[in-house]
Amino acid sequence: MQNIRPGSKRTKRQMGLTIFLGILCIFFLLPFIILLSVSFSSEKDILLHGYSVLPQHFSTESYEYLFKNATGIIQAYKVTIITSFVTMIGAVLLDALIAYPLSLKRMTGKKWISLYLYFTMLFSGGLVPTYILIAKYLNLCDTYLVYILPALISPWYIFMMRTSFAAIPDGLLEAAKIDGANEYTVFFRIVLPLSKPVLATVALFTFLTKWNDWNTSMLYINDENMISLQYLLQRIMENITMLQNSERDLSGYMSVSDIPSETVRMAMAVVVAGPALLVFPFFQKYFVKGLTVGSVKG
Amino acid sequence: MKTQKKFTADDIRLTSMCAVPILIVFVFCYLPMIGIIMAFKNFKYNKGIFGSDWVGLDNFKTFILSNDFMVLLKNTLVNNALMIAFSTAAAVALAVLLFNLKSRSKTKFFQTVFITPHFISWVVVGYIVYSFLNPSYGIVNSLLKMMELPEVEWYSIPWLWIPILVITETWKTIGMNSVIYYATLMSIDESLFEAARMDGAGKWMITKKIILPELASIVTIMTIMAIGKIFRADFGLFYFVPRNVGALYPVTDVFDTYIFRQMRIDNNLNISAAAGLLQSVVGFICVMVTNHVVNRVDSDKALF
Repeated sequence: MQNIRPGSKRTKRQMGLTIFLGILCIFFLLPFIILLSVSFSSEKDILLHGYSVLPQHFSTESYEYLFKNATGIIQAYKVTIITSFVTMIGAVLLDALIAYPLSLKRMTGKKWISLYLYFTMLFSGGLVPTYILIAKYLNLCDTYLVYILPALISPWYIFMMRTSFAAIPDGLLEAAKIDGANEYTVFFRIVLPLSKPVLATVALFTFLTKWNDWNTSMLYINDENMISLQYLLQRIMENITMLQNSERDLSGYMSVSDIPSETVRMAMAVVVAGPALLVFPFFQKYFVKGLTVGSVKG
Repeated sequence: MKTQKKFTADDIRLTSMCAVPILIVFVFCYLPMIGIIMAFKNFKYNKGIFGSDWVGLDNFKTFILSNDFMVLLKNTLVNNALMIAFSTAAAVALAVLLFNLKSRSKTKFFQTVFITPHFISWVVVGYIVYSFLNPSYGIVNSLLKMMELPEVEWYSIPWLWIPILVITETWKTIGMNSVIYYATLMSIDESLFEAARMDGAGKWMITKKIILPELASIVTIMTIMAIGKIFRADFGLFYFVPRNVGALYPVTDVFDTYIFRQMRIDNNLNISAAAGLLQSVVGFICVMVTNHVVNRVDSDKALF
């Protein structure tokens, strides 16, 4: 029995593979480590020696600066958290709501509805018409709704859910209906509780898409108090650069060179990306399953 | 006996479930499609889409005859083609490696690590690339200095950005892409491997004779589908990672960034709308053609 003998060729090969993948992992994580390291470095070290993989002197000055001047960040956090949660709940509910009828054999016209949804994945009106519609005709600029409404329905997730719902045994649904349940009761009491993996997958993906949303702010938000975290991050990259380029002291009491700009930038990136990275490993067991079940065909 | 189909209360309930999603899709996906007529008009904001004057194909002519068009076409196609080739090969290799790892807990751990970059935004990726390539403080230039090599002005040499963008894209997508290949491998009948081992086939033999052929069809499908989307570039990648530096446009400017810039920065809505419509139509044709091809290869995997 080759595979139980310790020290066999097979075990060695497994070791070698683990080590190789381990090294690959370190290279994969290196960018994150550098980001963290720079954010915890002192500005002086950076200016003298450049970025490094480990901080030369551990310092939290960048975070202190960030949170002292934090009104903008807190506002952006608020906008991002509200829009991410509302979109997540709304999207899961609405996607599931239409996926359920589409998963039933006896639903009339489901072929047309699928086609109606599917076509939007193949062809779009494009950036300009969408912009004009939202900005001029719907007047949604600078509102929470502009973040939420366009992100509520995703054909891809609907088809993923449909596949998952279709796997629920018909007998279960029939039994409930014989007991007098109507379709809404069946949906909420049987279908949803039985489909946690796919619901969790869609919830996670929608949440993270919204968390990482920069384009909505870029296109539709002019009000400083309504921009999302990611866009704020982008702006800070440009703003500090701008400050450094100017000779004058713009901030009034703090001279430009006193802003620990290199480390603050990276600290900001950590603060923006951190929550997403902390959340997703807990959902992983669901979404690997959910992703591989999802098939668009139909 | 055929029973007469009746529209019951439950059918009404089922239909009502579809109502809100259908309405939202109509407003945000189908209404903009009416707006594509803008591409044939000289749009004035105060006159609106319907009030503006028709100009026929003028916007398209201006766009296609402009100096930008060929650059955009080349950049979009070359960058996307390289990314498809490189990131597919990398994802397949990773999936095979993970599959050969017998310990499930290790596999899961590695998978988690490789998927991580998928969950950060392109803005953050832009920061990360900047931390490597920043001309004064970046890691790469520090290393070059340590090795007493000349430092490189990364953000002013266009051709360097072809490999940089490909590597960045691969880093971000490899984990997610490998999931689908890994799942395919997991679904291979275990007895196939048993039989091969019985016959004395080694690891490499098994990889060559079983694993790669089993992957061939899904790789073909994924590649063809990616080719179907070759006229669409990932805006975030091409905008935030090269930090929208003008000097790099000869390599990094693609249809999507151009359309955005024409609209928001240069305020040239007509050209932007024409470029957008052209991209949508060509993209649509591409997907239809590739789907037809996939249908020929393996009709189970075709989209429709």
